[in-house]
Amino acid sequence: MKLTVDQVRHVAHLARLALEPEELERFREQLSAILEYAEVLQELDTQAIPATAMVVPLENVMRPDQAGPSLPREEVLANAPQREQDCFRVRAILD
Amino acid sequence: MELFELTLHEASDLLRQHLISSTELTKAVLGRIEAVEAKVKAFVTLTPELALEQAHQADALLAGRAEPPSPLTGIPMALKDIICTKGIRTTCASRMLENFIPPYDAIVVERLRAAGAVFVGKTNMDEFAMGSSTENSAFYPTVNPWAADRVPGGSSGGSAASVSSGGAFYALGTDTGGSVRLPASFCGLVGLKPTYGRVSRYGLVAFASSLDQVGVLAKDVTDCALALQVIAGYDPNDSTSVDTPVPDYHRGLQGGLRGLRLGVPKEYFVEGMQPEVAAVLRQALDKLSELGAELREVNMPHTGYSLPAYYLIAPAEASANLARYDGVKYGYSDQKAEDLWDAYARTRGHGFGPEVKRRIMLGTYALSAGYYDAYYLKAQKVRTLIKQDFDQAFKDFQALVVPTSPTVAFRLGDKTGDPLAMYLSDVCTLTANLAGIPAISIPCGFVDGLPVGLQILGPPFAEDLLLRVAYAYEQATTWHRQRPRI
Repeated sequence: MKLTVDQVRHVAHLARLALEPEELERFREQLSAILEYAEVLQELDTQAIPATAMVVPLENVMRPDQAGPSLPREEVLANAPQREQDCFRVRAILD
Repeated sequence: MELFELTLHEASDLLRQHLISSTELTKAVLGRIEAVEAKVKAFVTLTPELALEQAHQADALLAGRAEPPSPLTGIPMALKDIICTKGIRTTCASRMLENFIPPYDAIVVERLRAAGAVFVGKTNMDEFAMGSSTENSAFYPTVNPWAADRVPGGSSGGSAASVSSGGAFYALGTDTGGSVRLPASFCGLVGLKPTYGRVSRYGLVAFASSLDQVGVLAKDVTDCALALQVIAGYDPNDSTSVDTPVPDYHRGLQGGLRGLRLGVPKEYFVEGMQPEVAAVLRQALDKLSELGAELREVNMPHTGYSLPAYYLIAPAEASANLARYDGVKYGYSDQKAEDLWDAYARTRGHGFGPEVKRRIMLGTYALSAGYYDAYYLKAQKVRTLIKQDFDQAFKDFQALVVPTSPTVAFRLGDKTGDPLAMYLSDVCTLTANLAGIPAISIPCGFVDGLPVGLQILGPPFAEDLLLRVAYAYEQATTWHRQRPRI
């Protein structure tokens, strides 16, 4: 599976990663090699095999619907790149 | 013998007998770190003031008592820098979190604090735990204490190097595909990855959520059992935590090997394995037979498909988990962008290092429209086959014994240019993560002065059995007593 630069650019867009042109080319080569290696999985007939997403036999783990203490607002906002009053400041998305 | 050379249990015995104080122990370890850290570079952040304060508190607790609250009371230890520590910077060795100060403790940290542990610092790692050599740290590579030109393994390389060099009596790491066991093997330590669900992951920065598990790096098996005892157990904060009783691991060590059936899957003796490493392992297996275990070969036909399955599943999960780094709530944020979309892309493009970006790209691709079935779903089905191999093997055998790594520690820079070659370092370890089973690596010899690890794999929640096998081997050998000369 050889990827094209356009495919790599598309995946970078989906992943919201701004990449330099040389990164695009390097990833094109490296990801192609890794995906080629992964082709070996196609040898196995898995039509009748269920997928494993989770290894522990747990399902729908619930907790009681009770309010508990939250993290202190000041400590949480202390890590914010930009804040305004008691909120995270974000860029405008509407003009 | 210097204080920092003691094992955890030896130090704990001296504390209990009031022959030394935690403050003395802590000063000895901090002095050792000061002497070797410039060479080893095991830490991202050192916390000497906190350590001395905790040591002081531990000494107050220990004074006038016959029994300390826990064997870990007053013992200096190190935490991988992916485990959240309230008020202490937690970076994941990434520019993205270079200045991140968690507002809460991980549950494992809470449990260690309650046991009276002493925190000397946060250890270096591959960025977001993605790597096998600690060279993917955004800050600097860690060096193997056994040889200045070798990697310590990864991704918990800083944790391993700190314990191996005397900078901590034990350390916590995390293991998503071998990240505790590989560094344990490369640095001559005991490294345990518990069963998925055995230890709470609350407060652990997520990499691949169906595979991640917190583990222990220690100087011997007894130390490993003592540390596991404190961090294991159900936690309602982690919905993957399993509510099953925690046995007394220390008491279980003595059972011996007589009558145990151990399987040896030949698929783990992979092509390209260093012949000298294979020879050391054969001797270790002979030793286990000599000690009374019954060893037989077993077929695990899907083992060879683990690596490609893992390197689709783990990056897919990582690409979803790492979507949270958007430069809004915490972490690195690019302020020069034109609009919101541009801000996301630039923040992530600049904040993440090359391996993290590579895995996000790989995972995003494997999950994207048109490729999901061929890659991600296929890998998950193969994961089922790999798990079935284990289920089958554990019908006949109580545990399996295999290499931890096909080679000893490789040279710094040897694999940084070839991601696939780096991924191959995990070939013997990542099966346990895919199957969710516990696995331990213990020292079993040396090749060219570099440590070799023997890996023992067991069925879910058989940590007690793994520790018992490991202990029996350890008591009959002296490899674990060797320390690097730095």
